Amino acid sequence: MMDIGFLKTLSEARGVSGNEGEVRDHLARTLRGVVDELITDTIGNLIAVRRGTGESPLRVMVAAHMDEVGLMITAADANGYLRFQPVGGIDARVLPAKRVLVGKDAVPGIIGVKPVHLTEPSERRNVLKVDQLYIDIGAKSKDEALGIAPLGEFATFDTPFQYLQGASIEGDEPRGRISGKCFDDRAGCFILHNLLQKQYPFDLYGVFTVQEEVGLRGARVAAFGIDPDLAFVLEGTVCDDSPKEDDISPTTTLGLGAAISIADASVIADRRLVDLLIETATEEGIPYQIKQPMVGGTDAGAIHLQREGIPSVPVAVPSRYLHSPESVIDLLDLQHTIRLVGAALERLPAVWGSRGGVA
Amino acid sequence: MKDTLRKLCEAYGPSGNEGQVRDLIRSEIEGLADSVRVDALGNLIAVKGSGGHRVMLAAHMDEIGVIITHIDENGFLRFAPVGGVWTLGLSGRRVAFADGSIGAIGLEKLDDRDRVPAMAKFYIDIGASKKDEVHLKVGDMAVMTRPFVTNGGRWIGKAMDNRAGCAVLIETMRRLKAPKHEVAFVFTTQEEVGLRGATTSAFGLDPEIAVAVDVTGTGDTPKAAPMAVSLGEGAAIKVRDGGMLAHLGVKDLLVQRAEENGIAYQLEVLEGGTTDGRAIQTSRAGVPTGVVSVPTRYIHSPSEMIDERDAEACASLLVVLLENDITL
Repeated sequence: MMDIGFLKTLSEARGVSGNEGEVRDHLARTLRGVVDELITDTIGNLIAVRRGTGESPLRVMVAAHMDEVGLMITAADANGYLRFQPVGGIDARVLPAKRVLVGKDAVPGIIGVKPVHLTEPSERRNVLKVDQLYIDIGAKSKDEALGIAPLGEFATFDTPFQYLQGASIEGDEPRGRISGKCFDDRAGCFILHNLLQKQYPFDLYGVFTVQEEVGLRGARVAAFGIDPDLAFVLEGTVCDDSPKEDDISPTTTLGLGAAISIADASVIADRRLVDLLIETATEEGIPYQIKQPMVGGTDAGAIHLQREGIPSVPVAVPSRYLHSPESVIDLLDLQHTIRLVGAALERLPAVWGSRGGVA
Repeated sequence: MKDTLRKLCEAYGPSGNEGQVRDLIRSEIEGLADSVRVDALGNLIAVKGSGGHRVMLAAHMDEIGVIITHIDENGFLRFAPVGGVWTLGLSGRRVAFADGSIGAIGLEKLDDRDRVPAMAKFYIDIGASKKDEVHLKVGDMAVMTRPFVTNGGRWIGKAMDNRAGCAVLIETMRRLKAPKHEVAFVFTTQEEVGLRGATTSAFGLDPEIAVAVDVTGTGDTPKAAPMAVSLGEGAAIKVRDGGMLAHLGVKDLLVQRAEENGIAYQLEVLEGGTTDGRAIQTSRAGVPTGVVSVPTRYIHSPSEMIDERDAEACASLLVVLLENDITL
């Protein structure tokens, strides 16, 4: 059974790209004694090695990124307001009037906004640019502000985890939906954490990567260092199943199961791994969906290009409102993704030779 | 070379789906190499010769195409580009899927006929009248389809980018009697989506020198963007493009060999675009890399045009490069 309490812990942990320590600590603390080796590499990736039974010589990498999109403090003005820039892709429209937590001590702040009384109708039609926005932490001077939040300090959205109506984790089948911060990619971290509880026929390299949101940086060096035969990448992915007038399919749909990528902007997934996932899902009766091709990018984009090429495939949990302070996922999608990847890993040795090029 | 190129151009091989082209090349080079293998990303690597330097020649097998993103209730297919597909001219084209099924590209009613519509306005019609009649799936890829034709020495076809380069490599293998080097002929994958196959095959081969073979644009058509490359004027030896500066030693050696052997050549400066050469050049600790290009009109259209003499000159140049000492 899934320990959703741990997903809450991961979701509420703060880890903007380059500053993933808190997330890494939660993962390392709970994996110690479960996995055989636990290594933090030079760039900060947490590599959890679960030795196999020895039946298969494969080296399999499963990756999920620890970092989240957020903000970085870039300046303070005389009145104590903090200026910032986004870290990773953030739509400026989601920022005004949001709560944030600044720095290691999680100092509360609010992204300031001019009240409606003072704005012209024309102003209200325009989107505020990031450099017109500021964080108010209650400081009254530049020195006070910078004393609390020096330049380069990170800020995260302040979003408590919650169960939406009807959600339940009683019994074997979870039900309903949850909302919280950065299920991209704490959902992936949660799935990988679950997968590491088991031993497989081969050595499993569970890699919790850093700096995905700023250019797949951690995955690049992890894959080079580990040199696996193949890789699965676990994600919380774009879900835009809001009502549409035209007959156009959403990128993914909440509740329809694990989202398998055939191709996105960063990788054309290895077809043999795509087929393995689809066959596994079909035969085991696990709901799945094909993510709309060519949207977004994942750590697979960096991993598959390392060394002589590492066949890779992304699998994801659909997540609404990605890269905003709130995201929503379906607990069943989460469970189906864990089951699908777990079952595919079990089947892997039967369909994949070591150093498997196309025959 | 013509018969080989005809087969290559008419084959199906969008990025990531190069299997049919790879099988075709494998049969064309049967017996011409000391060893042939396929790596994890699908690159076909044929090695011939020993001694001298480890030389990598690369030509990409993949072509641009489209990928199904949605199948609507009435059986029409929406799509996204795979590689640099121009929307201009898409309407009315035919596309072919891996299983050979053909679709026609249609276009929604336009509000403004003077503006090039967005890709989202186009759809593929395979003749189905409802969704459950469609045997294809989201994620399936298609390529433009058009027969290979010749007008004297001018050859026209789809996917001349870069089956022309593949044909030049195959022709080089056929003519190469006594290579002085250990030459890896690499038919790469996924060039059109970011030089991906070349990135990994270059790492694996760790060559001492490399030459990518690809098509390049020309400046010899009405009101073309200025470019000092013309069809029929010989092999184009790259100086620079949008992604790389050719290694001067390799470029100069190619020029020297062309002049010594009376092979027609022209120097190429391409403003936009790049080739596998860029990925190979920056592999590991760096690889001295040049590019030999086949001048091509109407690149990324289904009617890419080359001149037979240019392709022949490219092969001749590579043969003399490989049959002589290489000192940079």
